Amino acid sequence: MEKRSVVVIGGGPAGLAAAIAAKENGCDDVLILERDSNVGGILQQCIHAGFGLHIFGEELTGPEYASRFHEQVDALGIEYKCDTMVLDISADRVVTAVNTKDGVIQIEAGAIVLAMGCRERSRGAVGIGGTRPAGIYTAGTAQRFVNIEGYMPGKKIVILGSGDIGLIMARRMTLEGAEVKMVLEVMPYSGGLKRNIVQCLDDFGIPLRLSHTVVEVRGRERVEGVVVAQVDEKRQPIPETFEYVPCDTLLLSVGLIPENELSAAADIDINRVTNGPFVDQSMMTHTPGIFACGNVVHVHDLVDFVTIESRLAGRGAAQFALGQRKESGHTLDVKPGFGVRYVVPSTIDPSALHYDEKFLFRVGDVYRNMILEVKNDGEVVYSKRVMQAAPGEMESVEITKQLAEKLTGSTVEIGLRPADAK
Amino acid sequence: MEIRKMTCVVCPRGCSLEVTLDGERIVSVTGNTCKRGVAYAEAEILHPERMLTTTVKVTNRRYMMPVRTRTAIPKDKLFAAMDVLMQTRIEAPVKIGDVIVSDLCGTGVDVVAAESMA
Repeated sequence: MEKRSVVVIGGGPAGLAAAIAAKENGCDDVLILERDSNVGGILQQCIHAGFGLHIFGEELTGPEYASRFHEQVDALGIEYKCDTMVLDISADRVVTAVNTKDGVIQIEAGAIVLAMGCRERSRGAVGIGGTRPAGIYTAGTAQRFVNIEGYMPGKKIVILGSGDIGLIMARRMTLEGAEVKMVLEVMPYSGGLKRNIVQCLDDFGIPLRLSHTVVEVRGRERVEGVVVAQVDEKRQPIPETFEYVPCDTLLLSVGLIPENELSAAADIDINRVTNGPFVDQSMMTHTPGIFACGNVVHVHDLVDFVTIESRLAGRGAAQFALGQRKESGHTLDVKPGFGVRYVVPSTIDPSALHYDEKFLFRVGDVYRNMILEVKNDGEVVYSKRVMQAAPGEMESVEITKQLAEKLTGSTVEIGLRPADAK
Repeated sequence: MEIRKMTCVVCPRGCSLEVTLDGERIVSVTGNTCKRGVAYAEAEILHPERMLTTTVKVTNRRYMMPVRTRTAIPKDKLFAAMDVLMQTRIEAPVKIGDVIVSDLCGTGVDVVAAESMA
């Protein structure tokens, strides 16, 4: 059986950054397995600008951001196999994959990095009533059609969901000559970045209807229209507000789900809040030697943060494969406190830190004027003012040496409290 | 006097700004939490600019070529620029950064390839 020190599953931004970090940390035989015909992942179809502000200090398009890492992978001589589908990984780190050139291959890996990204929630997952005509797409599928294949999926568009992909596609379809009638959001706030609401909707006069959803799709062969409705505080449609909107296309931007079919098959513990694996400070899952990073762990809004997180996973995988991994035996559970939905990592070994790690988390609602607190066994060891926090924007706390030294107990909790309360 | 409402996008806080205008002249900006909000409002009112990213057809390849304006262009030129780029045809090979259209719609800004296509 072929042996590799580190095998990276997925050649998107997470996989590329992890592979580079693994190589830089001493592994010379890193292999990336990618099912698409090129590396770069979903960035290849994200032709809009706005990537790279944190890492490169400039605004790049998705393909440009991917190119920088692709070039580095080539410069470092890291091997990758495209058009290669991983079929199975085992807990003892045997990767089974298939492609048309090699047939079925099995590789024994010193460490594995899971970087499979995420997939879009589809129509079935949100349960819209009505007929099943052509013209209903997830926003990402439409993005691929327009930006890579060069086809327009429709002319009169309604978009359900105000996540970033939905907003970006509203602008993209408008620029390509389509009429985007409205963007509907079931929540009372948008899940997308403020900047995208301004530059993708406001710039083109596209209405954003908050607390609205689609209750019915109409049309036999092709979408002819949708019935939209306002929802109450329990997200139930209010019958008096039903309104028929003629359109030929419905785009769904209703959330992303980490792609963990392979992880589940390898019995890797999955966090039911994020739908991604539980990981420690080095991005190692509960299964020794199997690491994970990027959207397969938790869905990010900025690719820069995927890159930063993936470097940790690549370094961790290299250290594991080379037998350099440090473990003190003292680990703390990291738990979400008030207002926080989840925290990555979910466990931390303070003595194994490199002090470039971060607590990454999302809040569960829109909060203003709060204090963020990190508690060690209930005692506040770090706090900072948070002027505004929303579920659509990931928050972080850097794990400095100073903070790490105070993590002496068995539990770390990260939560919010109102700034004006004692 | 005209009052124009806008959301500042300099940082994720997203302040709701109210800009009071006397013709072309900005009289006051309110609602901002920091001074960057004033600069943002001034730029948005006096010379709003946007980066344009789109694709062009590659006659000898199956897929589209992603392109971008090298810097932002005036916002009111976006659709004229799209008309030009929709008609543009190029041939591979193309290297990332190659100029696809120079001086787009008289803006003085070039459109460059955002990806290499062998």
